[in-house]
Order: sequence, then C-alpha cells, then structure tokens
Amino acid sequence: MGAEALSELFDRTRTEGRLAFLPYLTAGLPNPQVSADLFAAMEAADGFEVGIPYSDPLMDGPVIQEAGRRALEAGTDFETGLRVVSEVKERTGKPVVVMTYVNVVQSRGVEQFAAEISSAGADGLIMADIPLEEALPLKAAVESAGLGMVLFAAPTTDDERLDRITSENPAFIYGVNDLGVTGERDEESGRGVTLAERIRSRTQVPLVMGVGISRPEQVAALKGIADGVIVGSAVVRRVLEAPDVDAAASALTTYTTEIATAL
Amino acid sequence: MTDTRPDDTGRFGDFGGIYAPETLVPALAELEAAFTEAWSDPAFVGEYHDLLRHYVGRPTSLHLAERLSGELGVQVLLKREDLAHTGAHKINNALGQGLLARRMGKPRVIAETGAGQHGVATATAAARLGLDCVVYMGRVDMERQALNVYRMRLLGAEVVGVESGAATLKDAVSAAFRDWVATVEDSHYIIGSVVGPHPFPWIVRELQKVIGEEALAQLGGDLPDMVVACVGGGSNSIGIFHPFVETDVELVGVEAAGHGIESGEHGASISAGSPGILHGSMTYMLQDDDGQVVEAHSISAGLDYPGVGPEHAHLAATGRARYESITDEEALEGVKLLSMTEGIIPALESAHAIAWVAKEREALAGKTVLVNLSGRGDKDVTQISEMGLI
Repeated sequence: MGAEALSELFDRTRTEGRLAFLPYLTAGLPNPQVSADLFAAMEAADGFEVGIPYSDPLMDGPVIQEAGRRALEAGTDFETGLRVVSEVKERTGKPVVVMTYVNVVQSRGVEQFAAEISSAGADGLIMADIPLEEALPLKAAVESAGLGMVLFAAPTTDDERLDRITSENPAFIYGVNDLGVTGERDEESGRGVTLAERIRSRTQVPLVMGVGISRPEQVAALKGIADGVIVGSAVVRRVLEAPDVDAAASALTTYTTEIATAL
Repeated sequence: MTDTRPDDTGRFGDFGGIYAPETLVPALAELEAAFTEAWSDPAFVGEYHDLLRHYVGRPTSLHLAERLSGELGVQVLLKREDLAHTGAHKINNALGQGLLARRMGKPRVIAETGAGQHGVATATAAARLGLDCVVYMGRVDMERQALNVYRMRLLGAEVVGVESGAATLKDAVSAAFRDWVATVEDSHYIIGSVVGPHPFPWIVRELQKVIGEEALAQLGGDLPDMVVACVGGGSNSIGIFHPFVETDVELVGVEAAGHGIESGEHGASISAGSPGILHGSMTYMLQDDDGQVVEAHSISAGLDYPGVGPEHAHLAATGRARYESITDEEALEGVKLLSMTEGIIPALESAHAIAWVAKEREALAGKTVLVNLSGRGDKDVTQISEMGLI
C-alpha cells in the first residue's frame, strides 16, 4: 500500500522489461455512480491516475477541462472523489495516484487531505500546478500519510534543477513530455524522449512520462528509457464522446489494450 | 525606504509564491533575473520613462475636484490616470513589460483582459515596439466591451474569445497561462495586474508605482489623509499606494460588492474571501469548502475577478491598508456624480473609489482624500446607456 505499491510496480515492470501504464481519468465522469466502472474497464492498465476535478485546471487542455466541468456539474465534490478512489482500489487492487490542483489540497489542509485520500486507498499524489519549491513544504505531510509524492520535471527544467528534483527521491518523476497543457498532439515534438534520456542519464528514480501522449508509437519510443507512461486526454475524450456508459467502457477497454501492446 | 521586494520564495509576508507548473518555472526565474537586471540599467529605465513622458503623456495631472469636494464636504484630489494614453493606468505596465519582452528576445506577447483596458494597452505597446500580440478575453467581456475588442484588432492584435467558466477575466487569465505553457520559449506573458506567480506581482508593482511617486511629488510634501483606489487584481491601487505605505496616510482599497456581499455575487476577495491559491499565488480568493473557485460578479469587467494581488493580501493581513466594497448600483451613482460635478466620465472600475468616498462623506468630512482615477469611462458608455442610468 501507499508509496510502496508504486515502487513495487516499477520494480516489477523494470524486471519485465516494459513500461508501466497509468491512464488518467477524471473522477465522477460521466457521473459519480458509474465512474469506477470506467476505471475498471481499463483492464490493461497497471495503475490509475484518478483526477479530482478542479474549477480552474491550469495545466489541462480543452478535453480535461471539459471533463472537469462535467464532473463538477454532475456533483463530484471532494467526498465523491474519495469514494471513486476507494471503489477503484477495491475493484482493481492496482496502484492509484490522485491527481488534482494545489488549492483543492490546501483548502482542506495538506495533512488532512493526505490522510483522507490515503485511507480511501490512494498510493500517491500529484499536484499539477506546483513546482519543486512549493511541493517540498507539502511533501513531508504527504509522505507521513504513507503516500508517494510525485514531482515534475519539464523540457524546460535544466540539469541543475533536475538534480535537485531527483535528490528529493519522489515516488516518481512526472516527466512532462511536451511544452503546453494536456491534450493529444498531431505531431510528436521529440522533447519527451530528449527529456527522458536526460533524466535517465542522471538518476534511477522512477520516471513516468505524460502530457501529449496518445499513440502507441509515442509509447514505444519511451521504452527502455522511462518507467511508465500516463495517457489522459485520449482516454477522457473517449468517455466524453461515448453515447452511454457501456460504449465508453468498451471504447476504453479497446483503446487501453491497444496502448498496452506498445509498453 | 525598507526593501519592499518579495522574499526569496516570492512572498509578501504569507502571500504570493510560485504556484505554477514546472514548465514555467525556468521562465519565471529568467524573467526575474531579466527584470532585476533591466530595472537597474539606466538605459532601460531611461527608455521606459521616455516612453511614459512622450508617448503616454506622463506625468498625469493631479488636481482638486472642486465641485465634487464642495458637494461632498470632503477635499477630493484626483490622480488622473484616465488621461494616460489608451485611457487607463494599464499602459504603464504594458509598455514596461513590452520593453522587457523585446530585451529578452521574445518576439510575441500574450495578455489577458477583462474590461479590455489591459488588452488595449498591450496591443498598443506591441504595435509601438513591433511585437506580435495575442489577447485572451472572456466571451461575456467581449460583449460588454465590444469597442475595446475593435480597438485591439485595429492595433494589430489577435483577440481570442474564451468560453470556459464564466467567460470573464479569471478564465482569460487561465487561457493566457495555458498559451504561455506551450509557447514559453518565444513568448512573454504580459500579465495585466499585480497577480500571478512571482515575479509578476512585483514587476507589475514596480511598473505601476510611477503613479504614486508622481502623486507624492505633485503633492509637494502636503500629504492627504487618505489614498483611495479600486481593487480588482489591484494594480492601480498598488501603484498609488506603494510610496505611501511608509507614511501615515491611510490606505483604502475598494472592492466590487456586485449585487451586495450578502448576495454572494461580488468580487470582494479580501472583504469576503479566504486565503487560497489562485493563478499562481497564495492570496485571498473566492472559493467554496472544497477549494473550488467561485465565480465573481461585478458590473465592471475589470473588477470581476475572484482573487487579488498577494501584496494587497499582505497589506490587508498586516492592517496597513483596509479594504471596503461598493455595489454595482453605488458604482453607477459614482459615475453619474463625477460626470456631472467634474465633467469627467470615470471607468466603472474607478467609479467604485469615487462612490466609496461619496458614501463615507460624513466620516470623511473635512479630510483630504486622494482618489486614483484609474481609467476613463468611454468604454462603459454603451453598457451604462443600456441600463438607463440617466
């Protein structure tokens, strides 16, 4: 459980010589009652990033913004988000990392927030809108609750800063695969592979790449460099576009299976 | 004067900081270094002040509002930022940051705008300095401020409508940040107020403090009892407050009470909000129990914002400034009052400051109050006329 579940996952995928697959989906989509069904439908996943929706998601592109808006409109408050986390955990038994924005955490107080998501079954926490400096004061509280703290590195992060990030020994480094906010890209910029290689040459801290990854060939390009991939908008879009929950679940099963072939 | 630069975590007391995605952090550090260096370079400062003098028309005048003073029984002095080129104080910041963008070798600038004044100012600075310019503006604000949308386009800027959220200033700021996360290598974000992650609140304050410094010089040692200014994000108010912080002059920021604080539909982040993190800073903001941002409301697009600059949060928390609020209705009366007594049509934003002085005239009787008239009201005339003010 907790941070250990994440390190066990990366130990296993390293041994197996493959990438871990951590799809992202907003909690409460299309409504809080069936939300966990959609996570469970992603059978090929090794774990999940569960998004607790926020009104002003600065790091998210139009698809995840829209998902957050719909989830909030469907009544997904923090308590609902917790229920989704615990249902996902119970049904899949796989690692769960909560993804949200710092004000959602700060408004409850980081200690309480960490304790609550931890008892709901979360193993780690990602806050999309804080860099190292503001993450550090929260990291101790997150880790005392038994959770793994995730820190970001971006294509714009220089080597000196990378070393500071890795020296904090996060549960994993979230490598930002491209400039810009979340969302599918027509073309791969190549920034992600460059960043992943740069990080890997400096540290063995688990590295998971995300932002702008949606196609199997992008995943395959990270194989042997990173430890895992996060795919968000391509997953969420399939849910937003599906006529009903069954169609959404089946689209997610198909899509995540396709991604898994490239791991 | 004590050092009023934020501390090394980018904070004014407990407020501020750098709550931004990692992608932007190197750019924010680069920006801080570039501005620190430019601001101590006489050539940069000289060019900035030269533009302010010859292009903007500074110093803007400071004078007694004679008939208004007679009417209220309060000695009201006006700092006439409405007379600055483009019609508001926003140009001071837009030109300064435009010069900085050029110096940093960034050929493209991004801005957000609420009332359109900052968008117009940035489009103006971009045209003057030869920079590409994209302005994000909420759809609702584009309707309220159609004239300014046209002005920006005429100045060569691309205006992008923002549909998310309430389609107002907050959403425009978020959209501008999202653009910047993608384009940070060749673009500079000219944020329009003393908000955002460090170093923005500090840079914008530095570029707006010219208002207060001029006023102090124009007063010739004869300090007023009070300085009053409207507060949305808070750039005009920080600009005029800044040199007075170290004096005994009372500082009053006037927030938007919208339909009334008790209605829940307002923009009074300090008076009725709580500490939280919005658009990169720890500050006072409007939020619910889960930390979700609550939409603001104000008749004036420039005050229709659920947060406030962190330095204001600090001035409020330490008691150095106090923050009051004025409703939509009272602000409209303020527009009418200044128009009819002084022949000056104020922006709806600035009318909040006028209206507060009028409302408190008994308490202020016999005192001298300096009001920052941050912008002119031409942009609001269509909106006001549709409401049938006269």
